[in-house]
Amino acid sequence: MNWIWLHKFASPPHAYRLAGQLTPWFGWPAFLLIVTGLYGGLVLAPADYQQGDAFRILYVHAPSAWMSMFIYGTMAVAAAIGLIWRIKLAHGVAAASASVGAWFTLLALATGSIWGKPMWGTWWVWDARLTSELIQLFLYAGLIALRASIEDRDRADRAAAVLAIVGVVNLPIIHYSVYWWNTLHQGATITKLGKPSITGDMLWPLLVMMVGFTLYYGAVLMTRLRAEILRRERDASWLRTELAV
Amino acid sequence: MNLMEFLAMGKYGAFVWPCIILTCAVLIGNVIAARRLHAEARRQALRRLETGRGQS
Amino acid sequence: MDRTGTADAIWLMYRRDLLLAFRHWDQVAQPVVFFAMVTTLFPLALSPELGELRQLAGGVLWVAALLAALLGLEFLFRADHADGTLEQILLSGQPLALLAIAKGVAHWTICGLPLVLVSPLLAIGLGVPMEALCTVMLSLALGTGILSALGAIGAALTLGLRRGSMLISLLVLPLAMPALIFGARAIDMAIYGDVARGPLLLLAAMLVLALTLAPVAVAAALRISAE
Repeated sequence: MNWIWLHKFASPPHAYRLAGQLTPWFGWPAFLLIVTGLYGGLVLAPADYQQGDAFRILYVHAPSAWMSMFIYGTMAVAAAIGLIWRIKLAHGVAAASASVGAWFTLLALATGSIWGKPMWGTWWVWDARLTSELIQLFLYAGLIALRASIEDRDRADRAAAVLAIVGVVNLPIIHYSVYWWNTLHQGATITKLGKPSITGDMLWPLLVMMVGFTLYYGAVLMTRLRAEILRRERDASWLRTELAV
Repeated sequence: MNLMEFLAMGKYGAFVWPCIILTCAVLIGNVIAARRLHAEARRQALRRLETGRGQS
Repeated sequence: MDRTGTADAIWLMYRRDLLLAFRHWDQVAQPVVFFAMVTTLFPLALSPELGELRQLAGGVLWVAALLAALLGLEFLFRADHADGTLEQILLSGQPLALLAIAKGVAHWTICGLPLVLVSPLLAIGLGVPMEALCTVMLSLALGTGILSALGAIGAALTLGLRRGSMLISLLVLPLAMPALIFGARAIDMAIYGDVARGPLLLLAAMLVLALTLAPVAVAAALRISAE
């Protein structure tokens, strides 16, 4: 199979241009979907039987949690591609994704915590999902710290890549362990961060938000990737033509 | 349903709206940060071009 | 000229690390003393009542052992990196992953095993009944093994960096949390008279997984850090 076309896209000038062209194709649909999802979730969806209107936090909490995991997975895949095939662009994708993923994790934790207060009376519960999100945040923090501590960009890329892959292998183990740990202690601490029994008109805004957030990540990734490419690029010639104002 | 009822979110308004606002802040903030990063990278790349062949 | 066989190389590596470590007894003793001190912090901070301490004993022992084991990780590769031995090892042509296992096992012998041997004394101090002491040792033995494996990855990635010690902890602690959950649980079960077969088997499984996969990561990380 002819892989040359793939390597062509991995070349910085092509990737730079392509990323620039793709950004609005990610960005505008993302915007529309998120606005639609918010309208559907906040206005149209009926209130939950048990949780009332508080359940509407689900529409920002669940997509954030989803993104925190999706981005970590994407980072790990990009890292693996960068390590195995030595494609610098893949490392650029990983580098560009880390802080976005961390932000989504923080958002999931914050919205989850706020959601917990009216539901269970406290600002924090060691619920399986929240605890998993917290550990996920620690994993992101470690990745960002490692990358920041290494000055040589190549070494930083590859070290962060190894760490990302180790992290992703550990993720299922961590999720399972935390879930098991949480079920150990029944009684007053039974918490399941509200999955209300979901009906159709509650579901579609959620799906719309999930897709919207994913496309949003695509848009932000493209922009950050362009910044990464510019920062890493040494060969002046294509830069000259590309940036010629 | 009028505006006041909508904002109240059935007495949960004080929880729902901060979440929505937080989310919008993070989403908008990340877009702004990404664009700033790109602009800064452009500026530095142009400077590098001017001062000579891309210095490491 | 005869090439050293791989099995010989592994044994030589292990023996060498042990000999070097035991030349500096104080460095070997430090994690153990740290372990004892951290464990002592809890009765002081909470209560001298053995009945109350017993309820926390599993967690306290495990957290203290975790922190003590983390302490010793920075030195896993540092000395070799500083004097150039590491480069020689990389150039030696021996399979790096296997040598990494040798170093990891040596590290466990120096750092983890003493913790395990001391743990019954500390456990008694926390009100753990005699019947549970075996589980305490087994749980910590498996746990420190897992930590040596995971920690080696962290140490290899952060080789030569400033504040490497703090960074290693940041990287390794999240990965160690599953082991902590099951390890502490095993001790708790034993304290209340149950046979902690489930958690111990899970710990053993995690150790096997770590021993299989970590050396590959360590070898990759060493190459990345040393080049």
